[in-house]
Amino acid sequence: QLFFSYFKDLVGQEVTVELKNDLAIRGTLHSVDQYLNIKLENTRVVDQDKFPHMLSVRNCFIRGSVVRYVQLPPDGVDVDLLHDAARREARGA
Amino acid sequence: MPTKCSMKLLLNYLCNLFRSFNCSMATTTGLESLVDQIISVITNDGRNIVGVLKGFDQATNIILDESHERVFSTKEGVQQHVLGLYIIRGDNIGVIGELDEELDASLDFSKLRAHPLKPVVH
Repeated sequence: QLFFSYFKDLVGQEVTVELKNDLAIRGTLHSVDQYLNIKLENTRVVDQDKFPHMLSVRNCFIRGSVVRYVQLPPDGVDVDLLHDAARREARGA
Repeated sequence: MPTKCSMKLLLNYLCNLFRSFNCSMATTTGLESLVDQIISVITNDGRNIVGVLKGFDQATNIILDESHERVFSTKEGVQQHVLGLYIIRGDNIGVIGELDEELDASLDFSKLRAHPLKPVVH
């Protein structure tokens, strides 16, 4: 639930989602759900020549289970706040 | 005194309304907006299937009409295998993309060369 809330606050930011099949998609975070499925707008694939499969796709829904990484803007994260929240969650669990 | 209370209530009401509106925007990633649209699905085994989204559920199982598979290879241009009406199980789905028909029409598939997508490795 922590990361769900965290992503909700990131809506509107530009992120790059790297998937477990090595595909990397850049776009604006439109929405997220409890499974951490991600909806991106204005998408473009990072290496368009290597992955022309999504050339005509501008908005996409990415299933949470295929995400390997979500790359965030460095100033989009309040590291201390996140660190605190994670510590609290770990203690609670 | 009564006006202060009612102001507080009004403020509370407005805050809740705003919060619920905000929440619904950020938290329900429904595929509802994509129903009856042409979508491009990338499955876990690296296949790319294009079709019209007819239905979906919470497990992200989907029903795709008029579907065809686009096979990319490094040797020949893109091949399209017609499939018809398909149900794709949610476990096997990676990405569902909203296909922009204009952009898609402008692509020359016979010239496209690419390695097929890799399967998803957990």
